[in-house]
Amino acid sequence: MSVTTASAAPKPKIWNDPFWRGLIVQGALLVVVLFLFAGAVINARNNMQARGIPTDFAFWDRPASFDINQTLIPYSATSPNSQVFWVGLLNTLLVAGLGIVLSTVIGFAVGAARLSTSWLVAKLAAIYVEGIRNVPLLLQIIFWYNVVLGNLPHPRQAAPFLDIAFLSNRGLFVPAPVFGPGSNAIWIALAIGIVGAVLFRIWAAKRQRETGQQAPVGLITTAFVLGLPLVAYLAAGRPIGVDYPHLKGFNFTGGQRLTPEFVALLLALTLYTAAFIAEIVRSGILAVPKGQSEAAAALGLRATPTRKLVIMPQAMRVIIPPLINQYLNLTKNSTLAVAIGYPDLFNVFSGTVLNNTGAAVQIVFMTMAVYLVVSLITSAVMNAYNARMSLRER
Amino acid sequence: MTRNRRPLLALATLALSASAALPGAAFAGPTLDAVKKRGELVCGSNPGIAGFGLPDDKGQWKGFDIEFCRAIASAIFNDPSKVRFTPLSAKDRFTALQSGEIDVLSRNTTWTQSREVGQGFEFGAVTYYDGQGFMVRKKLNVNSALELSGASVCVQQGTTTELNLADFFRTHNMKYESVVFATADEGLKAYDTGRCDSFTTDMSQLYGERTKLGNPEDHVILPEVISKEPLGPVVRQGDDQWFNLVKWTHYAMLISEELAVTKANVDEKLKDPNPEIKRLLGVEGDFGAGLGLGKDWAYRIIKNVGNYGEVFDRNVGAGSKLKIQRGLNALWTNKGLQYAPPIR
Ligand SMILES: N[C@@H](CCC(=O)N[C@@H](CS)C(=O)NCC(=O)O)C(=O)O
Repeated sequence: MSVTTASAAPKPKIWNDPFWRGLIVQGALLVVVLFLFAGAVINARNNMQARGIPTDFAFWDRPASFDINQTLIPYSATSPNSQVFWVGLLNTLLVAGLGIVLSTVIGFAVGAARLSTSWLVAKLAAIYVEGIRNVPLLLQIIFWYNVVLGNLPHPRQAAPFLDIAFLSNRGLFVPAPVFGPGSNAIWIALAIGIVGAVLFRIWAAKRQRETGQQAPVGLITTAFVLGLPLVAYLAAGRPIGVDYPHLKGFNFTGGQRLTPEFVALLLALTLYTAAFIAEIVRSGILAVPKGQSEAAAALGLRATPTRKLVIMPQAMRVIIPPLINQYLNLTKNSTLAVAIGYPDLFNVFSGTVLNNTGAAVQIVFMTMAVYLVVSLITSAVMNAYNARMSLRER
Repeated sequence: MTRNRRPLLALATLALSASAALPGAAFAGPTLDAVKKRGELVCGSNPGIAGFGLPDDKGQWKGFDIEFCRAIASAIFNDPSKVRFTPLSAKDRFTALQSGEIDVLSRNTTWTQSREVGQGFEFGAVTYYDGQGFMVRKKLNVNSALELSGASVCVQQGTTTELNLADFFRTHNMKYESVVFATADEGLKAYDTGRCDSFTTDMSQLYGERTKLGNPEDHVILPEVISKEPLGPVVRQGDDQWFNLVKWTHYAMLISEELAVTKANVDEKLKDPNPEIKRLLGVEGDFGAGLGLGKDWAYRIIKNVGNYGEVFDRNVGAGSKLKIQRGLNALWTNKGLQYAPPIR
């Protein structure tokens, strides 16, 4: 009965309906905010134009006229400012990406080491963590750059490692691979190997679920991913050569060079962030109740499978959210590059290009937008991973 | 650290001053009024180049570019100490001026077309004619910049130096590595530790920078001058009175040198019959009014600071550690380029 009376009730006037009223008020507010914002932008623009400050993006296509000593893509002084943007962005992504991978590896190792039953290992790990995370990062960057790398010998007296790699105050020179004709076969073999390994793992997991039989997954994955390309390499007549660095004039030529600025920044960012990651890992592992490993032992699981199948999956749920923060911090901290002249985005684009063109507002907003987007992508990826790892009610 | 924040800070002030409810107020209004009201001049200075701008051991700012600001303060307040110096790195100086953080930039800044026309600044007076050079270690046995192919060169970010360097190596088809630092000190330290084969900047600064190295005698300055660097004070566009005041401060100092009016003899010269001197010192006519100053504006400059030659000598010339020759900076009457329009 009540249902029919409700539907027969007269429709309220639009301004009495909370839904519509809310919509109208919010809409009006939005219009006012947009209006004020647009007013401010137009006013700023007019005033800047009156003062002769560039407000457009004409600088984007003008020649940059300066050189950069680390470029992952072709660049010269005649390239436009837009190319500086991409060079800087790639340099930022390079140091941040490598930093994230390396600090994760070191952080997990040190975090686990802090829980080691060996007194010495645990103490060394603790000293590392406490020593590193209590010293300001900028100081560490300058320490690596000026104190450690700065005091290395000149290329002519460089410290050789087996005469194939050289460490000098001009950077680290390592042999570089040279891909000859026929090296495509190796890439193809690698791709096949990866696909094969994945398929095998799916099959092995299914079999284990159904029959309880285990397969030597690790061994077979290695065979697929490393063995197959190795066979291809030999079959194609060893098409990958090596270019060794050698001294010529002022400096080394050949091989791959890592500049001191890059090495110092990467080292400092990695070691610093790894100390924080180690603590996160330690707390994550400690957060798993002891009863879990006891139960696993009671079921007859050995130590390694207990760690892999029982402890870590639960620890990861605690580890991932603060780990995302560390990744974001590392990316943002990479802007400290300006202290030692590593040509990251912040340094070359919102530093040099801004200075040369005077387009301050455009360039600073662009740079902020880039860091925002990179951070959002990092969080999105990590959140997706977190969602996969999170507790599922079964 | 301030270095890292400054662009943002400057941007914020820029956006605020530009968008605030007082359209135009920040820049249409004469800078001079603001300076008078504040009671001091805010001058953008070099963080530390010997002879040009450097605080001494008592924290007193000293140097050629510093004295120029003291001359402006003397003209306005009759007191050369009424200046606050804001040290600025090469890359921060323009945003600081543009955002109104400083009234005038007096910091070995090269007058270029794009800085003046493209970024809303005004250069008027060239207080120092300079050019870019290279410094290398003696033991490299390099005698000419043309032998630098393959070298690593330490240079400062946001300077014409960085751009000329690229031009020079491109023109001569030589390879090099530019290692770019945000401050001169970082760049010089990197050069000193051996990160670079050469350090490059304006010639005048090279001599000063060399004195800061561990062993100055181990380094030589190569003979080539690869660019034109007319250095001078910079102001924002849109305040002609202020622009004139800055420009004529320099001219007044040049004219006094030309007329042999010095800090020591300026009071006697008040009685000098020469009409040019009479006009300069405000004995005859009133040439300060248009600048928003008193008749004795130039007298105050000379009395408190001295003429151009005196300032040059005691900071960078014969009477200083740097012992730089007048060269292009001699008066036009002495085969130099320093030339001032007449006061009349
Ligand atoms: N005149 C050139 C270069 C001026 C310049 O900034 N020189 C540097 C190189 S020595 C300097 O004075 N640096 C001092 C600092 O920022 O610490 C220009 O205007 O771009």
